[in-house]
Amino acid sequence: MTAAPHLLDVEGLTISYQVKGRWLPAVRDFRLQLRRGQILGLVGESGSGKSTIALALLRYLSGNGRVEGGGTLRFAGDDLLRKSDAELRQIWAERIKFVPQNAGAALNPSIKIGAQVTEALRAASDIDRGEAQARMMRVFHDVRLVDPERVAQRYPHELSGGMQQRVTIALALICNPELLIMDEPTTGLDVTTEAAILDRLRNLIAEREAGVLYITHNLGVVAQLCQRVIVLYAGEIMEEATALDLFQRPKHPYTQGLISSVPQLGQSKRAAQLQAIAGNPPSLTRTPGGCVFADRCPAVIERCREQKPPLEKLGDGSLIRCFRWEETISMPPVPRPPQGRKGRKKPLPLNGGGVWGGGVESALLHAKNLSKLFPVARSLRELLARVEPAPIRAVDGVDLHVRAGQTLGLVGESGSGKTTLARLIIGLEERDGGSLELLGMDVRNSVRDRSQDVLSKIQMVFQNPQNSLNPYVTAGQAIRRPLIKLRGMAPAAAEAEALALLGRVNLRPEYAERYPDELSGGEKQRVAIARAFASDPDLIICDEPVSALDVSVQSAVLNLLAQLQDEGGAAYLFISHDLSVVGYLADRIAVMYLGQLAEVGDARQLFQPPYHPYTEALVSAIPIPDPRHSTERILLSDDLPSAQNLPSGCRFHTRCPRKIGEICEREEPPWRAGDGGHRIRCHIPLAELTTMQRRLTLADEA
Amino acid sequence: MRSVRVSRVYAAFKRSAGAQLRHPQSAVGTLAVAFFLVLALFGAQLAPHPNPNDQSHAARLPPTLDIGALHLGEHPFGTDRLGRDVYSRVILGAGSIFRIAGLGTLISVLAGSALGLFMGYQGGWIDEVIGRVIDALLAIPALLLALVLVGIVRNLDFEAGSWQAALADNVILLVISLLYIPIVARVARSATLDIRTREFVEAAEVRGESKAYIIFREILPSVVPSLVVEASLRFSYAIFLVASLGFLGFGARPPSPDWGLMVNENRGGFYQLTPWALEFPALAIAVLVIAVNLMSDGIRRALQKGA
Amino acid sequence: MLLFLRRRFLFFFFTYLLSSLTIFFLLRILPGDPARVIAGGREATAEQVAEIRAELGLNAPLPAQYISWVGNFLGGNWGDTIAFRGAQNYDLIIERSLNSARLAAVALLMSVPLSLVLGVIAGLFENKLPDILISLLTLSVVSLPEFVTGLFLINIVALRWGSSDLAQSLGWWFPSSSAVRADASFGEMLPALWLPAFAATLVMLAYISRLTRAGVIEELKRDYVRTAALKGIPWRTVIWRHVLRNALLPTITVIAISISWLISGLVVIEYVFGFPGLGSLLITAIERRDLLLAQAIAMVTVTVILFANLFADIAYALLNPRVELA
Repeated sequence: MTAAPHLLDVEGLTISYQVKGRWLPAVRDFRLQLRRGQILGLVGESGSGKSTIALALLRYLSGNGRVEGGGTLRFAGDDLLRKSDAELRQIWAERIKFVPQNAGAALNPSIKIGAQVTEALRAASDIDRGEAQARMMRVFHDVRLVDPERVAQRYPHELSGGMQQRVTIALALICNPELLIMDEPTTGLDVTTEAAILDRLRNLIAEREAGVLYITHNLGVVAQLCQRVIVLYAGEIMEEATALDLFQRPKHPYTQGLISSVPQLGQSKRAAQLQAIAGNPPSLTRTPGGCVFADRCPAVIERCREQKPPLEKLGDGSLIRCFRWEETISMPPVPRPPQGRKGRKKPLPLNGGGVWGGGVESALLHAKNLSKLFPVARSLRELLARVEPAPIRAVDGVDLHVRAGQTLGLVGESGSGKTTLARLIIGLEERDGGSLELLGMDVRNSVRDRSQDVLSKIQMVFQNPQNSLNPYVTAGQAIRRPLIKLRGMAPAAAEAEALALLGRVNLRPEYAERYPDELSGGEKQRVAIARAFASDPDLIICDEPVSALDVSVQSAVLNLLAQLQDEGGAAYLFISHDLSVVGYLADRIAVMYLGQLAEVGDARQLFQPPYHPYTEALVSAIPIPDPRHSTERILLSDDLPSAQNLPSGCRFHTRCPRKIGEICEREEPPWRAGDGGHRIRCHIPLAELTTMQRRLTLADEA
Repeated sequence: MRSVRVSRVYAAFKRSAGAQLRHPQSAVGTLAVAFFLVLALFGAQLAPHPNPNDQSHAARLPPTLDIGALHLGEHPFGTDRLGRDVYSRVILGAGSIFRIAGLGTLISVLAGSALGLFMGYQGGWIDEVIGRVIDALLAIPALLLALVLVGIVRNLDFEAGSWQAALADNVILLVISLLYIPIVARVARSATLDIRTREFVEAAEVRGESKAYIIFREILPSVVPSLVVEASLRFSYAIFLVASLGFLGFGARPPSPDWGLMVNENRGGFYQLTPWALEFPALAIAVLVIAVNLMSDGIRRALQKGA
Repeated sequence: MLLFLRRRFLFFFFTYLLSSLTIFFLLRILPGDPARVIAGGREATAEQVAEIRAELGLNAPLPAQYISWVGNFLGGNWGDTIAFRGAQNYDLIIERSLNSARLAAVALLMSVPLSLVLGVIAGLFENKLPDILISLLTLSVVSLPEFVTGLFLINIVALRWGSSDLAQSLGWWFPSSSAVRADASFGEMLPALWLPAFAATLVMLAYISRLTRAGVIEELKRDYVRTAALKGIPWRTVIWRHVLRNALLPTITVIAISISWLISGLVVIEYVFGFPGLGSLLITAIERRDLLLAQAIAMVTVTVILFANLFADIAYALLNPRVELA
């Protein structure tokens, strides 16, 4: 053995999948080198082949996938491709561990956590039960699982998502592996949970000297965690560099596009449009002959389409696959100003001019004391004692107003009640209390009871474009229907108007004839947006409209929403778990926690002190896509209290890092008003909050 | 709008027909079902002796069929103890089993789907109550319910031409519909429940569409594949049930050329004398059941994976 | 757990109530007069019919009739048998039920392990040769009507092959008829049982093995299988400890549901083999227009099925941690 080989050394790896009898190369000419103690990031959008690579490195491809000959895959100097099944099992047991994305599914639902974790240990070494138990407790402690003894006695479904993910990490760490392959281990978790897990992970990896391949689509996570980064696109490496280099001086046009298409925290639509990458990634069956990125590249030249650029190794050890990188690196994308205001179609109502001008009376939508309880089935004991069980208070006395032509952003963790609130407003869920007024009209409870007029004024864009379009209805039909139904148009007129709407969402007229399965995710969401705009509504409720989309597609949809609002003047209630996205699009932001609002304010105010302590934690938890940036994170415990059994006093007191004392547990906090409608619900006076909270660096201020 | 939607559903079926042919076993099954369908439709023209009760032949003649020589002969399947041509009777028997099983399936699929779609979309206590009634009905074994029903109706005396008499004549059809409507409704309901929470249904609600529009225009197209799978399954069970009832003597009455009945009439002591009079109708039942099973398995395979 | 049990028991009683109503009203809502059916149909005189009406209490209002009928059923007072003069429905049904239960027990003992094994093999080898063979088998021979397989077993296996020298020398016994003495013990009955039980086995085989196969295939695709395999434990252990545990749990319910199928199948099989069970009794009862006997048989059957489902659901809930027992 030569001196200190790389822990993982991959060269010329091509992985194919069998699709309808043909073998199609999903990953082509992949390479990587990983040293012990190094964290290597692998960034790519969905379909780029990053999970395929993870499974191929483990030699755990499914039956319809295979590694093509010609490449090498060396682990600590040994050729993994030559290992027998028994040898592989040995390696899996002791040396290479995998942390999967969806922890809930990755744990066996009918075996207790303890048994599942010790099983891994006993596969690796011959140790007795007591020893295994002790080591499990140690590693549970390492990953900061609260109450490890009880966790071991639990079944997976009894744990929260964050705890499940900690268990899978414990499962990987317990054997002290040399190599960790982590496939999006924090995707699907709330930011606060994600921040806590990433924080733990960084320390654990540093302690153990293991090599880590960290796969993710989230640039922020990469910037905060990894030393080197590989950027993958459509199965090929576009660029590899140190994290510092990659984020400061991205060479490849794709990397540049990717980085600038993520809204930075505090960046607003008023300052600049997001840099969007046009188009969609190529499909596996139709990979272009030349550069795979050519069709979407702003710097494309003839040569890019004819010839595949080679993966060039530069002097500083970085890799680049582009003919023109030397030119493009010197012309980083300039933030474009928002497209010229074309003049609003509708005049804004009185007092609508200034962002903060006008009172509540001028609001387009005015919700007062909205609440929604979900009943819980009674247990036998409650039945005998004739006690009503406490209902789940999904939304509990929320006051909200949306001003005409503006965007109100609504943020909160999953389980905070933000989606229920939206559904109450649109009428898909019936409210149990409170009132709702639209343009001074009283709005009935359920969609079924609402007048045509009200229906046409509030529309909705749903979260999942996969589900929000009927698979048996073409895009044109989907857009025509509300025109006929809500605006009473004749079919011919509706046809023409539908094409015009398609144009407004930047889709060509021929898209009218396409069915949803012939559209990409971003295109589907555009059709859904056109459909929502068809009835010419005053308010559109957007429930996580971009969270199911890839980063490069997401920014184009956000730009479109901003532009449509500019042209048509519809107001948005924009719901998202992603503060940067909300911050980009919203004029005002409301932060929701356990069914109540914690803070409401102007989008700019929200990103500076004084914050509500919960907002502060949310803001600090966001992974910033800049390796130089390091904030001290305010880490919250994983678990949101149950909405059935709400904490007394301030709902946030169980997790609040700034809890001042008994008063937080005893009394509901008052609303404290700041400048220009900024309101925070906290026992701590605003001035005190301001001095406590450091100013977070904001992008795009000035 | 409708036509486009229909063509969309049709395109899905054309794809599935292709998938059907790729699996040799389901292709064979489908072809065999088609063959029996031809017998059922044109039996009277195809049978050498179109009168099933033609007793003019010698009794107990052995089969003249010679598969090796591709030779049918005078009485390919022989004659039974009464001198009836078994070959003709088997051909003529295809009609009744197809008519009853097919019609029964059609009725139960149409009624069951409508009921299930309504239950699934409506939800609430109506769904709960109907659902429980269906559960209760399904707890009674199908054959038992069928036997009791047929046994009672059989023994009642009705005026000829009255609606009761018409009902009594079609009691098997009635039984099949009664037994299978709840089962189909249950399938349609769960398929509907799956679709109704999709966001495109909520988008329709937000547009203020009527219940009927949402059920039939938004939900139904997505439910059709599972209904087709269920229909093919119901058809195979219906054939099974009709044959079993015929065999037990609760289906067609003698002397009609019902396959199950023919098997029953020629079993036991007669078997030693004319085994062919039992074996050929039994074989016909076996081949038809297997063919329908293979076909419906192919349909299930083609429609259930994607959708 | 209590909440679950309460809901399950409520459901049990509700279903029982509805099924009994169905069975009861089946005789009432149909056009025509049950008394006339019992009296002999078309040939019965008006006096005979009137006499039977009075005897059966058919002149009382319907709800009262239902209540007294249920009361009689629960009290074991199931009336006189018309089909066999001088017998009591209760004694007759209990005796025949025991015979059927033995047959069903043998059938279950044969079919459940066999179909689980076939289903698991088919699932593990999805779309490979073993799966294709098993699926062809279950789609063809196994799913033929019981009377076809039953007659085949009698006429080909028992009559032809059973009398061959080989079978004789092996000492195997292939009864062509399963008529047994009423007082025969289980041991004595066993030789007569196995052929009809085999026919009944086939009925359930297709159903259980198919659902088992689907369960195994579904579980194999789950992420936890990958987690288990990447622990470095042998594939065999992954299957036994992880996959089968989850895949076979639902079969508890499946087996309970298929008991309803088994009972339907037994009616035909008992008839074909001449076995003195509940199913052949039912056919006799209907042929001889003994509606009270038929009604009582239906009630007994439904009782058995509902209890089987109840026990299966409770067992499933106890074994499956995912069912919320709170």
